[in-house]
Amino acid sequence: MATISVEGKDIEVDEEGYLVTLADWVPEVAKVMSEIDEIELTDEHWDILNFLREYYEEYQIAPAVRVLTKAVAKKLGKDKGNSKYLYQLFPYGPGKQACKFAGLPKPTGCV
Amino acid sequence: MADFETPKIREYPVVPIIKEGAMEGTSPFVSRPEFDNKLGYPGELPEDWKDKALAKMGDLLSRYRSLQVFMDSCIKCGACTDKCHYFIGTQDPKNMPVGRQDLLRKVYRRYFTFAGKYFPKLVGAVDLTEEVLDDWFSYYHQCSECRRCTVFCPMGIDTAEVTMAAREILAHVGKASKYSNEILTKVDRIGNNLGLPGPALKGILEDLEEEIEEDTGVAVKFNMDAEGCDALLMTPSADFFAEPHIDGLIGYGKVLHEAGITWTVSSKASEAANFGLFIGSYENMQKVSMRIREAAIDLKVKRIIFGECGHAWRVAYSFLNTLAGPFDFLDQNYPIPQHILEVTHGMLERNELRMNKEENDHMTLTFHDSCNIARASRMGDQPGGQFEIPRAVIKAACNNYVDMDPSTTHEVTFCCGGGGGTLTDDLMEVRVKGALPRMEALRQVTDENGVTNVAAICAICKSQFTKMLPYYGFEMDAIVSVHQLVSSAIVMKGSEQEQELDGAGDEDNSAPETDTD
Repeated sequence: MATISVEGKDIEVDEEGYLVTLADWVPEVAKVMSEIDEIELTDEHWDILNFLREYYEEYQIAPAVRVLTKAVAKKLGKDKGNSKYLYQLFPYGPGKQACKFAGLPKPTGCV
Repeated sequence: MADFETPKIREYPVVPIIKEGAMEGTSPFVSRPEFDNKLGYPGELPEDWKDKALAKMGDLLSRYRSLQVFMDSCIKCGACTDKCHYFIGTQDPKNMPVGRQDLLRKVYRRYFTFAGKYFPKLVGAVDLTEEVLDDWFSYYHQCSECRRCTVFCPMGIDTAEVTMAAREILAHVGKASKYSNEILTKVDRIGNNLGLPGPALKGILEDLEEEIEEDTGVAVKFNMDAEGCDALLMTPSADFFAEPHIDGLIGYGKVLHEAGITWTVSSKASEAANFGLFIGSYENMQKVSMRIREAAIDLKVKRIIFGECGHAWRVAYSFLNTLAGPFDFLDQNYPIPQHILEVTHGMLERNELRMNKEENDHMTLTFHDSCNIARASRMGDQPGGQFEIPRAVIKAACNNYVDMDPSTTHEVTFCCGGGGGTLTDDLMEVRVKGALPRMEALRQVTDENGVTNVAAICAICKSQFTKMLPYYGFEMDAIVSVHQLVSSAIVMKGSEQEQELDGAGDEDNSAPETDTD
């Protein structure tokens, strides 16, 4: 299985780069993954990643797009509470790319 | 993921030039033993894989007479060759429906026919080798089981069934697609494809109740695990999670509220989709279907209503009674099962829904017929209801509607390119290329008729469009749910929208003259 190197440690990831063991996550994981995807993480990115992790801790699933956009709107203003803003931050999709950086499993199904 | 070029929109849809081997080796991720074992598959290539594969083929041939007929009856007429969206988009001759079927057929001939056993070369029969298995794994996952080719086949060969059989054989020798099998284990473990646990689902439904009340002033209930409601709503879990799916769910809620039908979802069976169909496994399809029966009994409902999901409606409409029936405990005065569009359409026919079409005036719509609904089911009590009912509902919700080219709609509709268990990132190239014919038809009505949005009634189509539209120069949110349009237009009794319309009507008795130029 593939690994990524984080703070000198090899961490296992699956075929698509998601963490195999969710407990392996440290903030540096997000940094390393974002470098692989050629994205520079800003405070705006971290707002989303932190929300994803909090939500996951409570519900054991990534938040629905609507839940996420609403939370963003509440925190950062209505103009940012939409999928377009999230796609600007995470071009490969907030549901998938942001989840990966945040160490969450990939949402599966017809999404 | 390999880089690839998005096909160019062509001015005229001509038969493409063949590119041998263009998609060779393009395959989904192979499933893992942890998923496969739970579904009754070995999870890795067994030592005696060849015997196992042939034994499975023999088993399927004996169980499904149709498969035997499909293996024997192809006359190589060529009618199907240019009908597949994946062939059109990839130009690989093994993606011609006949080419893909023949990958299985030539092995069938070798081991199951007299001529093939003794004179294999004469009849194009080949030995089963690991290379053949790899070809199967690749090309049978470049088929969305959409059955467009079948419409044109003079022998009525159902290509989807051939693909399903091939996938089932592959799974029995440890070569299944990770996407479908991981999802099936989630359905069993958590209740839906997404892996959405009950508390998260409950939270989402409560949010929707709040949101609708804020927007309309009406308290619309979205129950979960509530006993004694009129109906169990079976809808794809994407409806709880993704856009524009969730806007459709809001629409179902409003319609059912206006109808006075109380309803609930079940946290145990919070998924209409049935990937057992995609992998060609009767046993898994039945297991997934039984959840619906159990939920209906546990929650003491009288009806089962399905949301917007293409293959779920195929399984529900065509197979549910065989798989999980009889449904003699439900109210026999309603269709079993019923589609939400049938509910909405019925109310519109009886003038029981008030619609303000102007709410959708910023859009010009077209409709994408989803393959499984178009070619494998029906709605209402008239032939062709599956085509007419969605269109009638859309037209009741908006003023501007245009159909796409008739060679791409109704029973000859093109697949979105992501159906049948291909809606996974590891098959992105297949999905993008397979979307070409649909995108071409959409481009045409966009340029010629000013179409701004396309409506669909399938969770897979909606997600596939969201991803594909930008590849072809459209906005990703140009895809909408049919019940999203209903949701925007519906004027619920006692709502703020009703007050606004009726209030404005009173004040506007002496409407000012307007410039008609």
